Amino acid sequence: MLNIKNLHAAVEGNAILKGINLNVKAGEVHAIMGPNGSGKSSLASVLAGREAYEVTEGSVDFDGKDLLDMSPEVRAREGLFLAFQYPVEIPGVSNINFLKTAVNEVRAYHGQPPMQAKAFLDMLKSKQKLMEFDANLMNRSLNEGFSGGEKKRNDIFQMAMLEPKLAIMDETDSGLDIDALRIVSAGVNKLRGKDNAFIIITHYQRLLEYIVPDFVHVLYNGRIVKSGTKELALELEEKGYDWLKEDIRLEEPVQ
Amino acid sequence: MTTTTSNTNISFAETLPALFTAQFGNSGWPGRKTALERFQALGGIPTVKTEDWKYTNVVPFFKNGLSIALPETPAITAQQLEATGLLLPDTYRLVLVNGVLQSALSILPPATQVTVARLSEAASQPAYAQYFNKSKKLEEHHFAQLNTALFNDGLFIEVKAKAQVEQPIHIIHLYHNNGNLLVNPRHLWVAQEGSEAKLIESAAAVGTTGTVLVNSVAEAVVTERAQLSHYQLQTGGAGLRFINQTLVEQMGKSLYNNYTFTLSESDLVRNNLNISLDAERTETHLYGFYIAAGSQLVDNHSSVDHRMPHCESNELYRGVMMDKATGVFNGKIFVHEDAQKTNAFQQNNNLVISPSASIYTKPQLEIYADDVKCSHGTTIGQVSEDALFYLKARGIGDAEARNMLVKAFAFDVTAQVKIPAVRKQVEQIASRYLSVATNN
Ligand SMILES: Nc1ncnc2c1ncn2[C@@H]1O[C@H](COP(=O)(O)OP(=O)(O)OP(=O)(O)O)[C@@H](O)[C@H]1O
Ligand SMILES: [Mg+2]
Repeated sequence: MLNIKNLHAAVEGNAILKGINLNVKAGEVHAIMGPNGSGKSSLASVLAGREAYEVTEGSVDFDGKDLLDMSPEVRAREGLFLAFQYPVEIPGVSNINFLKTAVNEVRAYHGQPPMQAKAFLDMLKSKQKLMEFDANLMNRSLNEGFSGGEKKRNDIFQMAMLEPKLAIMDETDSGLDIDALRIVSAGVNKLRGKDNAFIIITHYQRLLEYIVPDFVHVLYNGRIVKSGTKELALELEEKGYDWLKEDIRLEEPVQ
Repeated sequence: MTTTTSNTNISFAETLPALFTAQFGNSGWPGRKTALERFQALGGIPTVKTEDWKYTNVVPFFKNGLSIALPETPAITAQQLEATGLLLPDTYRLVLVNGVLQSALSILPPATQVTVARLSEAASQPAYAQYFNKSKKLEEHHFAQLNTALFNDGLFIEVKAKAQVEQPIHIIHLYHNNGNLLVNPRHLWVAQEGSEAKLIESAAAVGTTGTVLVNSVAEAVVTERAQLSHYQLQTGGAGLRFINQTLVEQMGKSLYNNYTFTLSESDLVRNNLNISLDAERTETHLYGFYIAAGSQLVDNHSSVDHRMPHCESNELYRGVMMDKATGVFNGKIFVHEDAQKTNAFQQNNNLVISPSASIYTKPQLEIYADDVKCSHGTTIGQVSEDALFYLKARGIGDAEARNMLVKAFAFDVTAQVKIPAVRKQVEQIASRYLSVATNN
């Protein structure tokens, strides 16, 4: 589904991603871990198409299409979804109108007519139930004055509404209370299927106990330096990142 | 009536004395002559060298053979009125043509609650004697003086003491001419003690050729414990140019709300809004939203004079600048020596959509009392890139995303409107303008 090859990206001339290779197949869940500042959110941003990042090398194939060639909105319409580490507050844009617009723009792209009011409301209700999302938040301005956890849950709710092929969740667990973590994870597990995939960025093993990944990768200094199965997350939880840094230093060519 | 038209090559100021004499002779109310002299002493039509007109060059608008002689009032039909698209449901309706009240087209509020008269026929009213031409800032305004010298007619409204006027009073100013006309409507609105009323103003040109330059003065007096909400809906406006003076005097415990929305096709809109807080515990809210497109010039000058203690004023103006348009915001707040415990707030936010558009914004606070809370802020910017990306990342296209953000910016102000039909009308018109802007 997603094939990242030797991806390099820079912000304001600073190289941030330095040769990422990652292959995600339909039905898989990949976890990406790594120290602060290693480039996890940057990778998510580059995939979603944030303009501040300049891709300097490499390629990304998304279901046979060149992802890097698409505008952010086309990527979203093609089925890529990013749940933000820091969702933005947009005063004056109502949550529900925003969602309706988003759903219908995606539908229009696929040649489908806009959703009827009734059908939209039914879908809204069923997804609200799935994600146990507070219906009162729907009529407020988009994320305005939402608590940290509410913003995260709103993003995940949008994900449930848009049913993307590939969802990238950037530290969705940070800011969620214990119950919310369980609820959101259960929701994600219900959305999992053979035709979609998830990339889950997290610092904590705990989330991965709920959403069990097929693969775990460690991103360090703009590169994936280690990949493994869910046991790798346990090992990181126990040992931290220092042992990996040692390994890398040994591997790195002497300048 | 004689028609006097100045030569196109001669400036209006030069021909004014002759125009004045032709129109009014040397008899009549002496206040006209005094005002004309005052106007001349202030320097006549202000140029960009006058501080308050630095960014708003009105001189060209006075060059095109302006006439001050009003044409015969044409018979306006109900259909023509309807066709303006301005009508609002559930309102009283006062229709004026070139400043003259048209009873046949109007729906008057009950006389037990409100006195409505042509200004030219209101001289015998006690409130007229008490308040007409008395507003403190009249002296300072070039165009208020010009209006006082030349006004033809206007609307006298007195909301009687304790009257609670439920339905808004919708004042529809229609302008008609052939050729280029300067019309000077003059109004006096008094809200007596403990009364409550809402005024809505709209304007449109009907059956005009050429342009009409409207130089209006409205004096509003909000007496003790009265509450007046005043909506200035500056929509439509093709063929019209506006220089508006609104002078408000507030007495103890009164409330005045002003909503000025400029969403028009006028080349020129200059609003001068002056609030004088003359007694304790008054409350004032000023909301403005303007869109300037093409080569329009939209200029909002406001002043709030806090003269007495315990008064609160709050001003929020927002604007969207596109194409090659120019916007001006100047907000003065004076807190006089006696005005302790003043709360005065002011915000002006601007979105500049086009690189060729300009906005000049200047807050001016002068505080002479020490125990006060005042703040002001201005912003000039584009739509937030982060917000834009968030919307696009959900599949919303660039134009639609921008449109949503610009509307959100605007609707923050229009959400303050308390009359649903007004809010709806304003938001529909704003949407139309903004959609055009963001789809280009
Ligand atoms: N606009 C920018 N200008 C310069 N450096 C930037 C910019 N944006 C990000 N960076 C840098 O890129 C690096 C990677 O940041 P990124 O947000 O991808 O890290 P992360 O792995 O998501 O970290 P965290 O775990 O703290 O969320 C950091 O060193 C950050 O300072
Ligand atoms: Mg991050």
